[in-house]
Amino acid sequence: MDNLALKELLYKMADDQLILGHRNSEWTGMGPILEEDIAFSSMAQDKVGQSQQLYILLNQLGEAEPDTVAFMRNAEQFHNCQLVELPNGEYDFSLIRHFLFDHAEWLRFEALSNSSYEPLAQLARKYKGEIKYHLIHANTWIKQLGNANEETLARLKQSLHELAPYALGIFEPSPYETQLISEGIFIGEEALKARWIESVNAILAQTALGAFNWSASNAILGGRQGKHSKHLQPLLDEMSEVFKMDPTADW
Amino acid sequence: MYGGGNTFEAQQMGGVENEDPIKLAEFEARIARGEKIEPNDWMPALYRKQLIRMIEQHAHSEIIGALPEGTWITRAPGFKRKLALMAKVQDEVGHAQLLYSAAETLGKPREKMIDDLLSGKSKYSNIFNYPTFTWADSCFISWLVDAGAIVNQLANSKGSYGPYCRALERICAEESFHLKYGHHCVIHMATGTPRQRKMMQEALNRWWGPMMHFFGPPDKASVHTEILVKWKVKMATNDECRQQFLDMYVPKIWELGLNIPDPNLKKNPETGEWEYTEPDWEEFKRVINGDGPCNAERLAVRRVAEERGAWVRKALLKPEAAYTTPLA
Ligand SMILES: [Fe+2]
Ligand SMILES: [Fe+2]
Repeated sequence: MDNLALKELLYKMADDQLILGHRNSEWTGMGPILEEDIAFSSMAQDKVGQSQQLYILLNQLGEAEPDTVAFMRNAEQFHNCQLVELPNGEYDFSLIRHFLFDHAEWLRFEALSNSSYEPLAQLARKYKGEIKYHLIHANTWIKQLGNANEETLARLKQSLHELAPYALGIFEPSPYETQLISEGIFIGEEALKARWIESVNAILAQTALGAFNWSASNAILGGRQGKHSKHLQPLLDEMSEVFKMDPTADW
Repeated sequence: MYGGGNTFEAQQMGGVENEDPIKLAEFEARIARGEKIEPNDWMPALYRKQLIRMIEQHAHSEIIGALPEGTWITRAPGFKRKLALMAKVQDEVGHAQLLYSAAETLGKPREKMIDDLLSGKSKYSNIFNYPTFTWADSCFISWLVDAGAIVNQLANSKGSYGPYCRALERICAEESFHLKYGHHCVIHMATGTPRQRKMMQEALNRWWGPMMHFFGPPDKASVHTEILVKWKVKMATNDECRQQFLDMYVPKIWELGLNIPDPNLKKNPETGEWEYTEPDWEEFKRVINGDGPCNAERLAVRRVAEERGAWVRKALLKPEAAYTTPLA
């Protein structure tokens, strides 16, 4: 097994989880109702905790300590898709992102539950159970607001259109796709995307938004290779502000 | 989080003379026997009013208290702290949720309480009107402000109103984790690098005054609250809470080699009471009346959150406005 392919896969998943977890945590104290502050914080804790476990796997494969990896890299060294780094915006924006991302995440972990790389398969089975609740949360709200009134519908529609190209960027192919697939580590991004379209559209079809025409959107790529929007570096600067004061200190 | 500062405003006394004397006597006898009062039980209007005010202010303190610490979630150094602080602040929001629903059992809707918070009609714990400049400030809050809150909340959990007591019991169980987390953070700062120690000492210097204010003005200067004591609404005096806090935490602070910025602070071996320099009570009054370093900012943040979320709440409240697909 070639570690490069595996590491690339682990890095992009861990970075996605860390950055979206960080964004979710920004809702604490700012949610439209208290229950949503609490829900977004729960999801943030799950995601950041999951990213830490994935960085531990990477550490076991010879990469640096999780704290160093998470708090000391620059934006160009991050492999997250651009979807997760965008600022939270209004609640509809965060909700649509959460909906689109968590469907992909759940399906990714479901596929990875059968990975030939057993340490990852084990984590994936565990995370699937956690992300299931993120999915229920997203679906409930999408169905509720997607059938509520003119304003909620207009907002969701607008955010969906804005985020669709970024969401397709989740599935930016890795340079190691064929290797990952042939070694049975992962089903590959293309296969994942097909399952995802089916999954999100099944929910959207139950709302006044209707199923989305994904083939009409062009994916925004680059995140997986370290190409990011202007929003990631400031996020990382903020995240590491205290840590970098003295990376050797015990906080 | 919560402090005695809320009891500063003059109590609106009177009103008991209009109550049915037989029912009132029965009510007071129940409380004297240690029974809990439940939402549908008879209660004097004054009891209801004071409890709403108190629980509501406690709830506001929890959500406003989430702000000064919340700004450090995105900057917490390392996974361990980041995860713990997220969970801690989430708990505080959860406390607000529990408390608003306890207050709602007395007849005031959450929306109305939040309106009163935003209009300044209803107060919250004064200490959250001070800024958190550094990570060390957030460590101070997690350890010592939560410690103060526990002193207060434990006392109140022995009160007479069932839903409030039960909420407080759950809250106190979570607060004890906050205390452990905060203490752990402060230990690492106070025994860390010279820079960390300096940060921690500076935070202590900034927060000691507000911490002494936290329990409210001295008993001798407080408005009389006999009836609230008798009804087990107010369970401990401001000075009792402050003394208990000093007794439990001053030795722990000194143990870490930190200096408390009050040269007169010492325990009188004869009385067993702590002696200290009175904090600036004029400043306390100014801040509680709106003129503190962060009052405007805290309320502005809360207001923005409320305004930005209005469309979501509206959609939840009005199922009859369900969207129907236009025919054309
Ligand atoms: Fe609390
Ligand atoms: Fe707390």
